[in-house]
Amino acid sequence: MTSKRPLHPDENPMGVDLPLDPLPGHSSRSRMERVLRRGEFAVTAELNPPDSAEAADVYERASIFDGWVDAINAVDASGANCHMSSVGICALLTRMGYAPVMQISCRDRNRIAIQGDVLGAVAMGVSNFLCLTGDGVQAGDQPGAKPVFDLDSMSLLETLRIMRDEQRFLSGRKLTSPPQTFLGAAVNPFAPPYDFRPHRLAKKIAAGAQFVQSQYCFDVPMFREYMKRVRDMGLDKECFILCGVGPLASAKTARWVRANVPGIHIPDAVIDRLEGAQDQKREGKNLCIDIINEVKDIDGVAGIHVMAYRQEEFVAEIVHESDALRGRKPWKREITADEHIMAERLDQLMHPKKGRTPHQIAGEVNN
Amino acid sequence: MTSLEVPERIKSGHSPKALELKSASKTAYKPAHQTATRRLRKSYTIRLWAVRHARFLEWFYGRFANIFLLLHPLWNAVGYQRAEAPVKFVEKQVKGVLFDCRMCGQCVLSSTGMSCPMNCPKQLRNGPCGGVRANGNCEVEPDMPCVWVQAWNGSQNMRNHDAILKVQRPVDNSLRETSSWLRVTAETAVERESAGEAK
Repeated sequence: MTSKRPLHPDENPMGVDLPLDPLPGHSSRSRMERVLRRGEFAVTAELNPPDSAEAADVYERASIFDGWVDAINAVDASGANCHMSSVGICALLTRMGYAPVMQISCRDRNRIAIQGDVLGAVAMGVSNFLCLTGDGVQAGDQPGAKPVFDLDSMSLLETLRIMRDEQRFLSGRKLTSPPQTFLGAAVNPFAPPYDFRPHRLAKKIAAGAQFVQSQYCFDVPMFREYMKRVRDMGLDKECFILCGVGPLASAKTARWVRANVPGIHIPDAVIDRLEGAQDQKREGKNLCIDIINEVKDIDGVAGIHVMAYRQEEFVAEIVHESDALRGRKPWKREITADEHIMAERLDQLMHPKKGRTPHQIAGEVNN
Repeated sequence: MTSLEVPERIKSGHSPKALELKSASKTAYKPAHQTATRRLRKSYTIRLWAVRHARFLEWFYGRFANIFLLLHPLWNAVGYQRAEAPVKFVEKQVKGVLFDCRMCGQCVLSSTGMSCPMNCPKQLRNGPCGGVRANGNCEVEPDMPCVWVQAWNGSQNMRNHDAILKVQRPVDNSLRETSSWLRVTAETAVERESAGEAK
């Protein structure tokens, strides 16, 4: 049974949860890779992971982004705070047809666990992986935890690339079916040593990065300078660079983030602008939109990554008002014809018209 | 018999609530293995000196490695296995003083500007994380200069300044607490012999 609506090009006609057809030149079956390789300006967003064991919580949080983003990042205990695991969130999201980006941090698991998780995740239909080092345990809610850091982001990238391209584990043991993955990494152009940062991106590309998502960008001139050096090295041709953006809730939050969250650089001008505003929350959103408008015109930027922590409901507005999608409609989960029929049957069973339940019917037959 | 006395631990001031208030707030910096006294005791003077003199140390290590290689017949006669313990002891002391060496057994100092990457709380071997503070200090230990900021500075002074751009393999933990000097010497000797045979 097929749906009546026109089929989205990045969807399996047999079902939204099934993998897409492999395309030549693509390393994975990822929808995000298709969007980026077509040269479209991609939009990704970060899902706030629930502190619960309830699948509905994940679906509810993902549905906010419906029709506005190309991929959803599932964070792996970001800031060393414990939440639902990224592999669990990704597995749930693929069931609904979403394209998740599974973040893997090296803080909590060693190479044995990570390689196993990647195989499991790919088997569940996850294709995008973001390889991170991870924040130190001191930053989170459980500072007494043992930090692992067996691999670092670079060797993690290389491990996944070896698994995909050389069809083996890091140890050399053969894989019968390699994980087809689209590999990503994080970059932070806003932390010292600034000279080294473009070289570090080059290293990440050499290790296997196909796309990168940057840390929050609040300092556009600094980002522009970084991109200039990246273009001079020709790196923008070798990987897709997504600029990280996000709204700040208030000047107070901005100050707190600057002082307490490692690696986020917020210039004074931004805080002054927020402070001077009547409605700081609205101003934070407008600031984010302004930054997107500036960033999307920089050469070599392939998309944006919206991290609207606890302001997820603003993502749609931000993407719409900044026209980041340029009129394009990302894949959206829609109700198909067979689901209508299912719902109807379910409705008939639950609310029978003649007041006879299946049990009563069965009883009549027995008598 | 039941006592009506209130146990010590739930007297006012000792209740979980009160203790929570007394302890530092969650936003305060509380690393897992760091205390104020430990931090005060620690100094980075020699480590930073080594980075400043990375070029000299590179030159020195070049000579030193050659001498070690010349001693290959001696190591062979003694047996690399038996030489391991005393050489490791010396290596640990010397590199411990100069670089705060952690004896990972696979030394990459020559490609990290003479700044030991195992001193990074995340043990990164491929460059700085995104959390480096604006003053160039570490995210996890705010009083320590970031190992990788130092590494970048040191490597820029070295003759072989592109070595830092090479992607390093993950640490082999089975080589911990072994002598990296002897391993490098043995490997070079084997390479040289096989090259000699090829001729």
